[in-house]
Amino acid sequence: MSIELLAFYLFASVAVVAALGVISLRNPVHAVLSLVLTFFSIACVWLLLDAEFLALALVVVYVGAVMVLFLFVVMMLDIKVAATREGFIRFLPVGIAVALVMLLEMLALIGVRAMRVAPPADPAIANGMANIQWLGQALYTRFLLPFEVAALILTVGLVAAVALTLRRREGVRHQDAARQSQARARDRVRLVSMPAERNEEPRS
Amino acid sequence: MPNLNDILTLLPEAYLTGAICVLLLLDAFISERQRAAVHWLTLLVLGITALLVISGQMQGTASAFGGMYLRDPLAEILKLAAIAVTAIVFLLARPYIEDRRIAFGEFHTLTLFALLGVMLLVSAGSLIMIYLGLELLTLSSYALVALNRDSPLSSEAAIKYFVLGALSSGLLLYGMSMIYGATGTLDLNVIRMMVPMTPHHGLLVFGLVFLIVGIAFKFGAAPFHMWLPDVYEGSPTAVTVFIGSAPKLAAVGMALRLLDMGLPELLRDWQPMLAVLAVLSLAIGSLLAIVQTSLKRMLAYSTIAHMGYLFLGLAAGTAFGNAVAVFYAIAYALMATAAFGIILALSRAGFEADQIDDLKGLNQRSPWFAGLMAITMFSLAGVPPLFGFFAKLLVLQAAISAGMLWLALVGAVFAIIGLYYYLRVVKVMYFDKPAADSVLAASRNLPLRWVLSLNALALLVLGVLWGPLFDWCLRAFTAA
Repeated sequence: MSIELLAFYLFASVAVVAALGVISLRNPVHAVLSLVLTFFSIACVWLLLDAEFLALALVVVYVGAVMVLFLFVVMMLDIKVAATREGFIRFLPVGIAVALVMLLEMLALIGVRAMRVAPPADPAIANGMANIQWLGQALYTRFLLPFEVAALILTVGLVAAVALTLRRREGVRHQDAARQSQARARDRVRLVSMPAERNEEPRS
Repeated sequence: MPNLNDILTLLPEAYLTGAICVLLLLDAFISERQRAAVHWLTLLVLGITALLVISGQMQGTASAFGGMYLRDPLAEILKLAAIAVTAIVFLLARPYIEDRRIAFGEFHTLTLFALLGVMLLVSAGSLIMIYLGLELLTLSSYALVALNRDSPLSSEAAIKYFVLGALSSGLLLYGMSMIYGATGTLDLNVIRMMVPMTPHHGLLVFGLVFLIVGIAFKFGAAPFHMWLPDVYEGSPTAVTVFIGSAPKLAAVGMALRLLDMGLPELLRDWQPMLAVLAVLSLAIGSLLAIVQTSLKRMLAYSTIAHMGYLFLGLAAGTAFGNAVAVFYAIAYALMATAAFGIILALSRAGFEADQIDDLKGLNQRSPWFAGLMAITMFSLAGVPPLFGFFAKLLVLQAAISAGMLWLALVGAVFAIIGLYYYLRVVKVMYFDKPAADSVLAASRNLPLRWVLSLNALALLVLGVLWGPLFDWCLRAFTAA
């Protein structure tokens, strides 16, 4: 068994265990941390496969986005500042555990890639083409149609999000700068001349 | 490298994409009073797209983008049927959408996006295009279901649809990754050639199971039907009429691409799976439809039963069986638009005619619509000489000719059970007195009345003249 295969089994089993944790842990914050670990382990697998750009994108986009989600969860669960601080300490052990596993994975990855002798499988990459360049070329040639359709799917997401959330409320006072600057005194103030009247009512 | 030829082959979809973008912008800048323009322009776009599909097909079968996109007779039939159904949906849905103040422009553009997904899906030549076409279709559908924002039922249906749809997409993708792992390619034609050569037969069958589950989910075949009644009931009827019709055409296209084009060598493996799905769908659909009081739910369970019949045709695995499945999908789509169209015609602002009891005494109030509904119900039940009868007959014939006599017998038995709940609707319309407080009145919207009438009468006419349509379907599988 080569060392790469060993590393793959390590990353894959961490990913599977962490994924199980996502759906079985009762505490939502623990579940989110577990999800971060899942993504991270998958990114490590991708790095083993020489997909550097995809792996980094996964970490930046998903782990980053999930961290934001994590923040939302914390914000929604504990609104008070003191409680948030308490939550921080309470969740610290799990956070540290996740961070330690991540560190372990990173060290393993660095070790494996340093020890590796076999050239990358793809001939273009073996010839020194950068990973991201290869990806870009594939996306705009062989996979142009799926790429464009994926863009359409994102457009649908955009249209749907606007259609489902934009509400035109009645009675909301909008500020219309053009109308404001066009206002004249005679539009706003009306001088009415009224005949003076004597108060005929008897005083009581 | 993609070149101009590829884009010309893709012209119908490319045109539709551009038109959707224009309509989207137009809707944003047009004033409320001129919104009807969006409606009629949408119909014009559909007409031009249909012409482009026909003129493209006249230049013969072709593939573009390295086999990712296929132009063949199967894609042509399904695309034209989907475009026709979508046009019917727009014409039927307009008064309903306007009465309920559902986002008018978004309804049109999202439905067009869904149609684009259908078109890409039925033309897909690789696993990745199947997945993306499907996502385009379903993502638009989720939004359409939730479009009536003031109704909690609609939001609930959208969430259920979204979660289960995401799950089924995951299962489908997992199956695809297994197939990819076993054959090393995404191209369906190459997969077909690789299947006999690959040593990983177990992996292929493992992936196949997940593909079948994904397909069954999209069809709404039992036991993966749980989302269907809730979604049909919860979504605005204008949307139900769409998701009850066009996506079924897409699903049959997807099933044929994956199973017939990609994995015909595994027929012995997928035939029993489809047979089991067919029997379960027939049983659950027919039996649960009997106890429904909501017309929309009843039609949802009837959909499940009809998908069972469709699977009988697919399970045959022959050219005849495939043609029958396509024919059945078209027949079902036309019946579904007519059946839900009646609900649309009888609904108005603040009142949904979606309970079976709402139809009580419809014959006294509006004999014409009662007649149309009766035709539709008889056609769904499979009463000769209507369209639905011949669709059912051909399906049973396909099952028998593939040596699955028992399956045909099960289909026939459930067709008789199915008669009960369709005839109950007819009985309610003709023999029950209208409720004292009933204010049943048919819509006065002229396009709706005309399209609905033509749609229901088409079931009558096609019941006599189904031959050419079926020949067309058959040619798609025997010409190649």
